[in-house]
Amino acid sequence: MYVVIIGGGTVGYHLTKELLAAGHEVVVIEEDPARARLIADELGSIVIANDGCEGRYQAEAGMGRADVVAAVTGDDAVNLAASQVAKMRFNVPRAIARVNDPKHDDLFRQLAIDETVSPTRAILGVIEHEIPIHDLLHLAELEGGEVQIVEAQLDAESPVIGRELRELDLPEGSTIALVIRDDRAHSPRSDTRLRAGDKLLAVTSAGDESQLRSLLIGE
Amino acid sequence: MRAIIIGCGRVGARVAAELDSRGENVTVIDTSQRAFGRLPTTFKGETVRGSGTDEDVLRGAGAEQADVVMALTEGDNRNALAAQLAKHRFGVPRVIAKINDPLRGETYRALGLETICRTIILGDALVTAAIEGAEATNGFVEPPTAQPLTGAPAVPSAEDTQPEATVLQPGDGREGAL
Repeated sequence: MYVVIIGGGTVGYHLTKELLAAGHEVVVIEEDPARARLIADELGSIVIANDGCEGRYQAEAGMGRADVVAAVTGDDAVNLAASQVAKMRFNVPRAIARVNDPKHDDLFRQLAIDETVSPTRAILGVIEHEIPIHDLLHLAELEGGEVQIVEAQLDAESPVIGRELRELDLPEGSTIALVIRDDRAHSPRSDTRLRAGDKLLAVTSAGDESQLRSLLIGE
Repeated sequence: MRAIIIGCGRVGARVAAELDSRGENVTVIDTSQRAFGRLPTTFKGETVRGSGTDEDVLRGAGAEQADVVMALTEGDNRNALAAQLAKHRFGVPRVIAKINDPLRGETYRALGLETICRTIILGDALVTAAIEGAEATNGFVEPPTAQPLTGAPAVPSAEDTQPEATVLQPGDGREGAL
């Protein structure tokens, strides 16, 4: 396969090395001349020291016959622009973009980038899997911190799953202000039955917070 | 009209100030607090510190209600990303990106983005000034405000009697006279 890599940073460098070792044909476009020279010294003259978003350097890299373009810089704007130019002007069949801000993922896919890879999201996934979030999320504080607005995400292990709101033994200084279910806000009613996946927004006195946490999330 | 200007550089600050003075509802986004110093003290709009390529920042600046978003930072790629976020993620009806590389501008226009290119505007104005005279550029080339220094060629006397003839503002109805 013929692969053009945009960005010769750590990811681009190791990607190039692996692809070469696997017998693929690779060209790297790296803007920083010092970095480009470093890669060329080690891996041979497969580096173009210029702006990978510009059509003429992509042409120089032979983008017209590339099977894959992989835009892997640390800058999402560059990765998107390089992928879009490659797809629009050179009809590259497959564009893969590194997405550093996980929120750009949807946009990139909407804009016909074939594959996105988000290291941030991958690491986040590992962390969240390892350490389940068993705490109240602080959204805002009022009265100099004496009153807190918090969010509790209920998972299957929450002690209140399956119970109606009226059954909850809420601390004196706490109230459930909102139930968020399936991304929609619902007014809490005494007969609202709680499910795993619900998010509860609660207003609580700072002193009652730990009691509220035990009630909604468990120990 | 609710307008969001991304990038409070010279162009961004000028557009923001001008729209604001015409009574439009303007929010300016820039990563640098100091950049907002380019806005006039009379500016009544809002300033938001952050990156226009960050969805949360755009939402905080009111992108969901915006009628127009203009991405006017110094980076073509950043402008393209911010503009496409505004258009595709927030459904802003009118989005304009400053893309200074004419070739890349062409690519983005093909992708459905409205672009404006300083290189083309300046280039065209200067070519027109050279070939047809500065007056033909519709005010894009500004006439001098001071007399030339001694030793420079003398100004034609007609200039002294009708100085306003060279001060052109687009839309003032005098272009037709040329």
